[in-house]
Amino acid sequence: MSGFLRSREALLTLVVLALLGLIAGRFPAFVAPGNLAGVFNDTAPLLILALGQTVVILTRCIDLSVAANLALTGMVCAMLNAAAPDVPLAAILALAVAMGAVMGAINGLLVWTLAIPPIVVTLGTMTIYRGLIFVISGGEWVNSHQMGASFTGFPRAVLLGLPVMSWIALAILAGFFLFVARTPLGRAFYAVGGNPHAAVYAGLNVGRTQFWAFVVSGALAGLTGYLWVARYAVAYVDIAAGFELEVVAACVIGGIAIAGGAGTILGTLLGALFLGILKNALPVIGVSPFWQMAISGAAIVVAIAFNSRSALGRGRIILKRAEGAA
Amino acid sequence: MSETGLRDSSLHRHLPDRLEGRGARLVKSWESLLLAVAIAIFVANSFASPYFLNAWSLSDATFNFTEKAMIAFAMAMLIIAGEIDLSVAGIVALASTAMGAAAQFEVGVPVLILVGLGTGLLCGAFNGILVTGMGLPSIVVTIGTMSLFRGISYIVLGDQAYRGYPAGFSWFGQGYVFWVISFELVLFAILALIYYVVLHRTSFGRTVYAIGNNPTGALFSGIRVARVKFVLFLLTGLMSGVAAICLTSRLGSTRPSIATAWELEVVTMVVLGGINILGGSGTIPGVVIAAFVMGLVTFGLGLLNVPGIVMSIFIGALLIGVIALPRLWTLWRQR
Repeated sequence: MSGFLRSREALLTLVVLALLGLIAGRFPAFVAPGNLAGVFNDTAPLLILALGQTVVILTRCIDLSVAANLALTGMVCAMLNAAAPDVPLAAILALAVAMGAVMGAINGLLVWTLAIPPIVVTLGTMTIYRGLIFVISGGEWVNSHQMGASFTGFPRAVLLGLPVMSWIALAILAGFFLFVARTPLGRAFYAVGGNPHAAVYAGLNVGRTQFWAFVVSGALAGLTGYLWVARYAVAYVDIAAGFELEVVAACVIGGIAIAGGAGTILGTLLGALFLGILKNALPVIGVSPFWQMAISGAAIVVAIAFNSRSALGRGRIILKRAEGAA
Repeated sequence: MSETGLRDSSLHRHLPDRLEGRGARLVKSWESLLLAVAIAIFVANSFASPYFLNAWSLSDATFNFTEKAMIAFAMAMLIIAGEIDLSVAGIVALASTAMGAAAQFEVGVPVLILVGLGTGLLCGAFNGILVTGMGLPSIVVTIGTMSLFRGISYIVLGDQAYRGYPAGFSWFGQGYVFWVISFELVLFAILALIYYVVLHRTSFGRTVYAIGNNPTGALFSGIRVARVKFVLFLLTGLMSGVAAICLTSRLGSTRPSIATAWELEVVTMVVLGGINILGGSGTIPGVVIAAFVMGLVTFGLGLLNVPGIVMSIFIGALLIGVIALPRLWTLWRQR
């Protein structure tokens, strides 16, 4: 317990609570349970993508294509629903996850087999995926009246007081706690990012582990693509443009080390909540939404600077020199 | 980035018994291949559209790449030194916004130029301090400052735009020095020459390569690694300021969305020019030819009425393709 109190997660929890307290001081209605549930629901897409991004960053990679992946998958789901309203929702969900996973696998294969730096691969695929939306849609929008009631209703349906979208985010969150802590692949993400050479000697395939991280990230982006389009009931070329930066920001704020191998799921959750609360609070406290971008950017810079400061001098003495030994 | 050093061993270098002659190396170089590609695209374009082979349309085509190439020269040196700056488009937006704000006070053209260059230098210095002073990874730092710089433009401008630049200011982006030779093209050529000399003919240029190949070794050889990298970030900021002046002058207005996604095109140009994305090798002539290739491709596609967002698919594919193909070739030859 004392370990937790001194950890970054404890500090972040304090920061998030302080932020809530600050807003509640002037606008008590903001912290009403109903509103907080709404804020969490708004943050759900960011949280889901940030969880995927976390495992990618843990393996020393970065995935900048998630927002474009989300938008392309969302557009395909929306167009499919508009063209064939009879396709069951389960099939659309499966399609979204599969499509996202394939796009993630393309990233992963380029990183794994050709050893191209992940930043270059995903910068490239980001524009390719985004451009493909224009190609398939011809620049047209898919509007709510073209979508079926069950298509748009699913993420918004309320179950035990929370929308389905929130439940999905919570389920994925719970899954990730188990996934990274209790499965061989989850531990491999840490091992590969922490020390790739040691990982090889431990019998891990570095490239393949990174490949799976990209597949996980892509699959979650695809799923979020459907949820996003269904929730906002509109699909067009530019949805979630620039969202990848917010996703990376959530991870970095949450203490996921960009050099790989360090960070926790709890940290990612707190990072996403921090950004989500901030985003929802800005209009409430009367700040123009145009401040959002600069604040995310500043938060990234401050968070990395802070990460590196706290990482300094963290070395552990594993062989103590015997005191007084001659 | 994933410099694990493990997978690279599968792409180990082939060491020949003796070096080939100068001519043979020149013919087999990346730059020659690129030049052949440029010529092929040029020929293809002139067949594809009857409007292509015309002095004025060719002159117009150069505007597609001159501004981005100015940033690409500095970016090339930065990438050779093993760092990267993804905030260049953000710097362009901020510098343009600063100039627009200054223009509202009816200042003269020289002041506007100083404001543009100064903003670029300040942004570059900010990146440089974060990366070299605090030892932070440049990729994430500049992802952060990319939204920070452009975000400040959004705070200042919101959904508004700055107009009302003084009359003489339009010359930088729209003026012609001689016949179809624009001011921007001349500036591009002068800057290309300067960067060529600095990178390939001065000791500073050699230190850039040394740092990119082995930063620790460079430090132990007495090179002030942090200072050189800081200067490179300053240069990249300054060149973004120069590009902002040209672009703002050419458009005659400033919106916060100005130069969106330029960082991608600039990095693509640099990588297409044969600069190793992991640092340590590449040349300025390569970047110059790559600038022409990208300008010709986008202009040719534009003549064929291909929309801009579809062109970005080509750019993205080009970026991955130029890195992937040589590696595929190496893997295939090793089989």
